[in-house]
Amino acid sequence: MSIDAQSIDLKDRYLDYFYKNLEYLKDGLPAYINDKREKAIQTFQKKGIPHNKNEAYKYTDLNSAFEKQYKNYMHPKKIDFNLDDIFKCDVPELNTHVVLLLNGWFYENKTPRRQLPNGVIISSFREAANKYPSLIKKHYNQYADSESESLTALNTAFAQDGVFLYVPEGKVMDKPVQIINLLLDEEDGMAQHRNLFVIEESGEAKVIVCDHTLSEKNFLTNSVTEMYVGQNANLDFDRVQNEHNGSTQISNIYLHQEKDSNVLSNTITLHGGLVRNNFYMQLKGENCENQTLGLYLGDRSQHIDNYVHIDHAFPNCRSNQLFKGVLDDMATGAFSGRILVRQDAQKTEAYQANNNILLTDDAKMNSKPQLEIYADDVKCSHGGTSGQPNENALFYLRSRGIPYKEAQLLLMYAFAHEIIGQIRTPPLQDRIHELVEKRLRGELSRCNYCEIDCGDPGKN
Amino acid sequence: MLKIKNLHTAIEGTEILKGIDLEVNKGEIHAIMGPNGSGKSTLASVLAGRELFEITQGEIIYEGKNLLEMNPEERAKEGIFLGFQYPVEIPGVSMMNFLKTALNEQRKHKGMEPLKSSDFLKMVREKKELVQIDSNLTNRSVNEGFSGGEKKRNEIFQMAMLNPKLSILDETDSGLDIDALRIVANGVNSLKSEDNATIVITHYQRLLNYIIPDKVHVLYEGKIVKSGDKNLAFELENKGYEWLAKEVSTE
Repeated sequence: MSIDAQSIDLKDRYLDYFYKNLEYLKDGLPAYINDKREKAIQTFQKKGIPHNKNEAYKYTDLNSAFEKQYKNYMHPKKIDFNLDDIFKCDVPELNTHVVLLLNGWFYENKTPRRQLPNGVIISSFREAANKYPSLIKKHYNQYADSESESLTALNTAFAQDGVFLYVPEGKVMDKPVQIINLLLDEEDGMAQHRNLFVIEESGEAKVIVCDHTLSEKNFLTNSVTEMYVGQNANLDFDRVQNEHNGSTQISNIYLHQEKDSNVLSNTITLHGGLVRNNFYMQLKGENCENQTLGLYLGDRSQHIDNYVHIDHAFPNCRSNQLFKGVLDDMATGAFSGRILVRQDAQKTEAYQANNNILLTDDAKMNSKPQLEIYADDVKCSHGGTSGQPNENALFYLRSRGIPYKEAQLLLMYAFAHEIIGQIRTPPLQDRIHELVEKRLRGELSRCNYCEIDCGDPGKN
Repeated sequence: MLKIKNLHTAIEGTEILKGIDLEVNKGEIHAIMGPNGSGKSTLASVLAGRELFEITQGEIIYEGKNLLEMNPEERAKEGIFLGFQYPVEIPGVSMMNFLKTALNEQRKHKGMEPLKSSDFLKMVREKKELVQIDSNLTNRSVNEGFSGGEKKRNEIFQMAMLNPKLSILDETDSGLDIDALRIVANGVNSLKSEDNATIVITHYQRLLNYIIPDKVHVLYEGKIVKSGDKNLAFELENKGYEWLAKEVSTE
């Protein structure tokens, strides 16, 4: 059977689920969300599941992930547990508003944390869609591309819940929001949550996302997060991806930045079977600052693909993409970084780099810069390296008595520091330093007191 | 302490050292001089365990042990120190973390407990004075953004911290102004004891005004062609390496 024929069968399976369950999908959600479903599924039908014949998915074939039969696609799991029993985040001094998504569904904690100072809202997307229709309607599906991106369209067709965050004009959140995505089920499952963050003019927010798998089942996540960052507003988006080898995670981030805004996105991929991160960063006003950073650590047959698209549409904006990876065993990675500088975007500064350390001959990295520049007064650069740890530096360290293994770790740790050092929440930065060090040492990468040992290399 | 016998080395099939014999005893300072390309730095690298070079013949006995069987870190733990001609910049690895790791690895090897933080910091302060190294340098990444002179002083600083038995200083004087040269030499002299030894590798006689060698060897085309006392260095300075080249060819 050819790949194309396979894809058609596969696609039909998802179309089937959709039409059979359309009423269920629509249930409890307002028309302005449900109205978008059918058009979105048509886009998906047209485009199909991306595979390696699509230029953007050349190195990441998603067919095998979609081919698996997942038992549960769209129903919430009724698991009764106390969040505090199962998940204790042990990051010291990291005081956050914790919200939980269980298999993509907002988990109602026993102690709701809705009453936040300064009029900030953190809630279930589902609930918010009904409660704040005009607010959500203004932003929902405005930044996500459900017209040409098939997986985004698939999410728009199936989306039922997620996290909604709202920071009103001029307000600063008292502490970061921590979103914990848990995948826990006794059968294989798929999650397609939909998040929306709205930071109004001069607002400030920090969002920390932790992705964990809790049971040894196969999981497929296809999430979409839309972020609107208003004029002069600030957003830190720090993410730690830590799922087991049986998981596939497709994350679609759509960011819209207004004039004078500042966004730092930092994605640390500690562990995961197949990870594809799509970042679509749109700078839609003058004098925006955007940093899109990532660190990925892969071993065995893991695959990690970061796909970044930064769109400079207005003058005087600055963007910086920096992705660094360490690949061991037969792990593979891909990076594609597109910088689009539109004609009016004069005085743009846009930089991009992708650096990799390959620890074995079998580890592979594909890196592709794409610069598309239509303005004439800009500063842009790109660069990439893939190689072994620096021999001269290794010898220097060893000549002082530091054993080979330790010297190599010191160098990898230093390599990773360039990304971790950018995290602007100090306790989180310290913790990620520790986690990365443990991961590089091949020890558990789970947080000490968390019940979830998603990073346990003995599993899966 | 160190006995090199008929040492031959090659890199990618090209022979560089063509039969070196050298004996260094405790308490001695040896100077190895020679023109560019004579094999001086190769000898230094081979002693420190750089795997780039193939040993085709000969042996090196250090403190009664076969040095060629040890990897670089084992040699360091046994007390060998190489002062690099070109110290390597290692962004992201802090000087303090680097020194502490190295020092504690060496202590572990000797069966000693890791140094307490307060004792470590005290030691750093003391040794920094010896080479008059800027306080800020130890707060930075290893050699990152250091000037040429700072890098060389940092080598001597590390030497002071690690207290080696055999130090090999590879062109530590190159690129130093006269003040820095004096500081480096002063560091080396004050670390000298009856139990340790130093091999100073240099192109110029200049450094030997400050570090007085017990023996001077001239390396030429992969061989030690002449050995003598400190006066040999002056003779070389006056007559140049040309003189030796002639002498070697007429032999």
